[in-house]
Amino acid sequence: MRQSPASPATFDRAAQPAWSARLGALLRRSWSLVTLNRKVMLGSGIVGFFILVAIFGPLFVTQDPLKYTYDLVAPPSPAHLLGTNQGGQDVFSQLVVGTRSSLGWSFVAGLIVMAISVTIGLVSGYFGGFIDDVFSVITNVFLVIPSLPLAIVAVQYFNRSTFTVALVVALTNWPWGARVLRAQTLSMRSREFITAAKASGERTWRIIFFEIFPNQISIVAASFITTTIQVLLAVAGLEFLGFGDQATISWGIMLNSAYTGSALFQGAWWWFAPPGICIALLGSGLALLNFGIDEIADPRLRLKARRAPRGKAATA
Amino acid sequence: MTSTDLTISNQTDAPPGEPILAGAHLRKLFPIQGGNPLKPAQSVHAVEDATFALYPGRALALVGESGSGKTTVARMLARIYDPTSGVIRFQGQPVKLGGGRALREYRRHVQLIFQDPFASLNPVHDVRYHLTRPLLVYGHARNAREADAQALALLQRVNLMPAEQFLAKFPHQLSGGQRQRVAIARVLAVRPQVLLADEPVSMLDVSIRLDILNLLQRLKVEDHLALLFITHDIASARYFAEESVVMYAGQMVEGGPSDTIIQTPKHPYSQLLIAAAPDPARLDENGKRTDTLPARGEIPSLVQPPTGCRFHPRCPHAMPVCRERFPTRTDLGRGHWTHCFLYSDNAQTEPAPVAGG
Ligand SMILES: Nc1ncnc2c1ncn2[C@@H]1O[C@H](COP(=O)(O)OP(=O)(O)OP(=O)(O)O)[C@@H](O)[C@H]1O
Ligand code: SF4
Ligand SMILES: [Mg+2]
Repeated sequence: MRQSPASPATFDRAAQPAWSARLGALLRRSWSLVTLNRKVMLGSGIVGFFILVAIFGPLFVTQDPLKYTYDLVAPPSPAHLLGTNQGGQDVFSQLVVGTRSSLGWSFVAGLIVMAISVTIGLVSGYFGGFIDDVFSVITNVFLVIPSLPLAIVAVQYFNRSTFTVALVVALTNWPWGARVLRAQTLSMRSREFITAAKASGERTWRIIFFEIFPNQISIVAASFITTTIQVLLAVAGLEFLGFGDQATISWGIMLNSAYTGSALFQGAWWWFAPPGICIALLGSGLALLNFGIDEIADPRLRLKARRAPRGKAATA
Repeated sequence: MTSTDLTISNQTDAPPGEPILAGAHLRKLFPIQGGNPLKPAQSVHAVEDATFALYPGRALALVGESGSGKTTVARMLARIYDPTSGVIRFQGQPVKLGGGRALREYRRHVQLIFQDPFASLNPVHDVRYHLTRPLLVYGHARNAREADAQALALLQRVNLMPAEQFLAKFPHQLSGGQRQRVAIARVLAVRPQVLLADEPVSMLDVSIRLDILNLLQRLKVEDHLALLFITHDIASARYFAEESVVMYAGQMVEGGPSDTIIQTPKHPYSQLLIAAAPDPARLDENGKRTDTLPARGEIPSLVQPPTGCRFHPRCPHAMPVCRERFPTRTDLGRGHWTHCFLYSDNAQTEPAPVAGG
């Protein structure tokens, strides 16, 4: 053909490395992204810890978190690391087991929000016209639905599960992200590099999801994390108020039982403090990640942060 | 001009063979969304009656001031805009409007280099992505490994070395000239027959412009490409293109072999343009210009363009008829033509002789 062939030596170096080397490169890249700035490092450390607990924690719990014992409201001891509650149930094992439902549903809701807002926002902004009109009406309708009251009604009406709350919060939260993404897409679709990609032969769906979407990763990730935090707090709040399913274990339910059992008056700090701290800690970890996302998503900021000395990068 | 001049010698007056890409009476209006629904809809008359042809292995320069419609012509040919009327012919066949497969097949042969290399590369993708995508889309490479190898070869072709290092770079890590080379490599990846270069060096440092032009020149010869070279600098048109067309406010006013146009421009606007261009021949020993620079007016509004010949408000030779209709094409011989009543038989006025340049 017209191309002058490169020498075989250069071919080999550029050829795809073995999958193990690729995996190594991927891990190294993720690691360098995570350690890019202190907020991200701390945030991903905290969130990563809770994810690990949610996945593997229950394997290490030897006591049945729902089992009643005669050690009522016992302070922490080697037998009960975080003491027991009014029913003599082990607080530590409840805390560990509860991580899964508290975190899991928040992530699920975050993913639902992400999927809906990305699809609606990008498609609406890219195509405009009739599609945009229809989607805009839908978006605006969902935007004015109040989240918590609807969640309370839904829990009463359907069933008292975390799933219901997560679903309601997700369904009432996607319009925010969708609107921001739509506006971004609208301004981006006429950018020169999009025209250039079209002119070089890319198909429409590739333009939307491979040329425009990667430019919006930070918004998408931010809306994912924001929703996750919201669901975490909404579920905990509703459960604390007594709209939860008492047969399950979660941080919100633990707080609720601590409240109804007057843990505060009894001075049983080990009963109400751990779930509260966990919620606050996980929320802050997610928020920290949120702050650092811009730098991770934008190759320009990424490079700047890496070049700048550590201290500066963190304060910048 | 001396023999060391870089100007392309023009052995043949008639272009060889059949044109590969041609536009006939291309016209483009951009409707304006007025805020007032009671007012009649208006539009920008960006290009009016553009007719020209591109030949394999030859370059056609499109010269004109900012806003004269050069980019619009290139984008119609690249099928980014649909012409309001007129026909584009590729290899003699009229190109049908519409998207899908046919459009992709068309773009396999006709590719566009954008004016601004700082805007035409996606900031989130590295050079490898930009080069391997067209290779995969057009089936020149079957897998990532082949695409990588070809991308390396492309980088070497546009003189980005060491190529391996450039493959992993992001646009923001490259200089303007390097970006434009990547943009050129990306276009070459498609292996087109026609290259539309929209002011490929106007956004670049003066020091590297010649390098990029030389690169395009080399590619044109090596690949026997038909080139549309858009520029507002008539001197580079002469250096680069066998033929030139001068545009004013959306109208093509004069065309022909570049040497002829520059040495003996006939249309009053071409004369103005060439007189305004810096030319070492017109400088005295102190570097001051020996001739007086003719007053340059503004390019007129294209929403309500002047009637007839759009140059008439500025033209020193304007006649009543110029206001009424656009002059037809007058053949001046040896491929040289112009649209001006001064040379046209059907003008009501006596053609006044005009001194060259
Ligand atoms: N998409 C568009 N919508 C409306 N008007 C447009 C559009 N594109 C171009 N125009 C108008 O058409 C006219 C010609 O523009 P064009 O970009 O083709 O000029 P140009 O010769 O390439 O100028 P430059 O040297 O500045 O690049 C201008 O008046 C411009 O404002
Ligand atoms: S047609 Fe008339 S107005 Fe136009 S350039 Fe010729 S003389 Fe001037
Ligand atoms: Mg232009």
